[in-house]
Amino acid sequence: MAAAPKVLIPDKEIDCIGLFCPMPIIKSREAIQGMILGEILAMLSDDPASDADMRSWCRVTGHDLIEVSREGGVYRFLVRKTR
Amino acid sequence: MERGGAAPDRVYFDYAGFSPVDPRVLAVMRPFLEAGIGNPSAPHSLGSEARESLEAARAKVARLVGSSASGVIFTSGATEANNLAVRGVVLRAPTGARHVISSAVEHISVLNACRDLEKAGAAITLLPVDGEGRVNPDEVRRAIRPETALVSIGAACAEIGTTQPLTDIARITRAAGIPFHVDGVGALGRIPLAGAAMGFDLITISSNDLYGPPGAGALWVKPGVKIAPQILGGGQEGGYRSGTENLPALVGLGVAAELMRAEAAHGEPARLGGLRDRLVERLLGALPDCRLTGSRSARLPHHMSLVLRGAKADSILLDLDLCGVAASSGSACAQRTGTPSHVLRAIGCAPQEMEGSLCFTLGRWSTTAEVDAVIERLPPIVSRLRSLALPASR
Repeated sequence: MAAAPKVLIPDKEIDCIGLFCPMPIIKSREAIQGMILGEILAMLSDDPASDADMRSWCRVTGHDLIEVSREGGVYRFLVRKTR
Repeated sequence: MERGGAAPDRVYFDYAGFSPVDPRVLAVMRPFLEAGIGNPSAPHSLGSEARESLEAARAKVARLVGSSASGVIFTSGATEANNLAVRGVVLRAPTGARHVISSAVEHISVLNACRDLEKAGAAITLLPVDGEGRVNPDEVRRAIRPETALVSIGAACAEIGTTQPLTDIARITRAAGIPFHVDGVGALGRIPLAGAAMGFDLITISSNDLYGPPGAGALWVKPGVKIAPQILGGGQEGGYRSGTENLPALVGLGVAAELMRAEAAHGEPARLGGLRDRLVERLLGALPDCRLTGSRSARLPHHMSLVLRGAKADSILLDLDLCGVAASSGSACAQRTGTPSHVLRAIGCAPQEMEGSLCFTLGRWSTTAEVDAVIERLPPIVSRLRSLALPASR
């Protein structure tokens, strides 16, 4: 029997739709500062640049970008706080 | 104006971030702030005087870009002017003409205006640049499509100082019949930039970049180029930018533009270039593991930027500030997000270099003594920070 797909439930979600670089990253940074290690942040953004920006931010900060999905022009990023 | 002498307590080398307002500009603005002035749209005599002052300022700004006053639209600054240029041209273009060509090293106000259009269905081509940050005009030619509505390339990159081959690009856009927008911030009054004569269709102007008050700017639009207004209201600025004009600031912008033009004719760019060259030669000689970013020759005369390994820019800037030197890392965005700047990524900087990016921009009150103070104060700071860093980070 196939295992049920793992559903990740974020501990916090921020809506950055309508905002452009650098605001989605700045708001993600602020949000994750108030979270505890291991918690998951969901960030919604429709900025076409946010995919590259979030990947770059996670690479630099070491936070774990665990999922990126896109629906109707809106990205949903799931980031696990690691430090 | 002090132009030499003993080592100064304070050195200000962040003119690209903010320029002090010239006292001569301030003197002309003062009566417009202190005495009663009218609304330029009002029918009474005070309104008429205000209107005359506004039009005089418009003529001065037009002279700086070598063009006619009728094309100058006053705005709240360069960001608004860039938005008006990019969004205004594309949204006014014939249906189906929804393609914009720009570059990977543009100001964030151009890039985000492009991204906003992209969300609405436009196609955006961001041209790559070479290791010095230069756009290849052939790439512009190759990127042009039948539906291209606008080419937008800044005259110079604020972060690394590189100037673009604008006349070559203008030749291509003119032949293709596509409007060419040039963000003139950093370049106006420092390198030759004449609107119509050089084949540009729109030029962005910042007041503070010219030692005028912040919160003012303009977009010059060549007669015949069609744009859609982005701020709607009572129809000021020919209907292309509604809202009562900020007369004191715009009068200041006019004077600032006139002073900039006169200064350029009297050799100020060469003076700044001399100071900058002294800074470049001596700093690069004194700092190991360090290199200039941007072009050495195709460069704004007041601009120096570098990357160095083994020390972080924010730590260096903090220590420099404690030593009385105000400089920047070149990108406020990158500083706020803690991620590498889009410009440094575009020119292919190594990851170890991106955290050590410094930018020094000189201006009207910069002196040899200030340059020498930076040459003396920066190397020991870098050495100390490098000695504290882990070997792996080098």
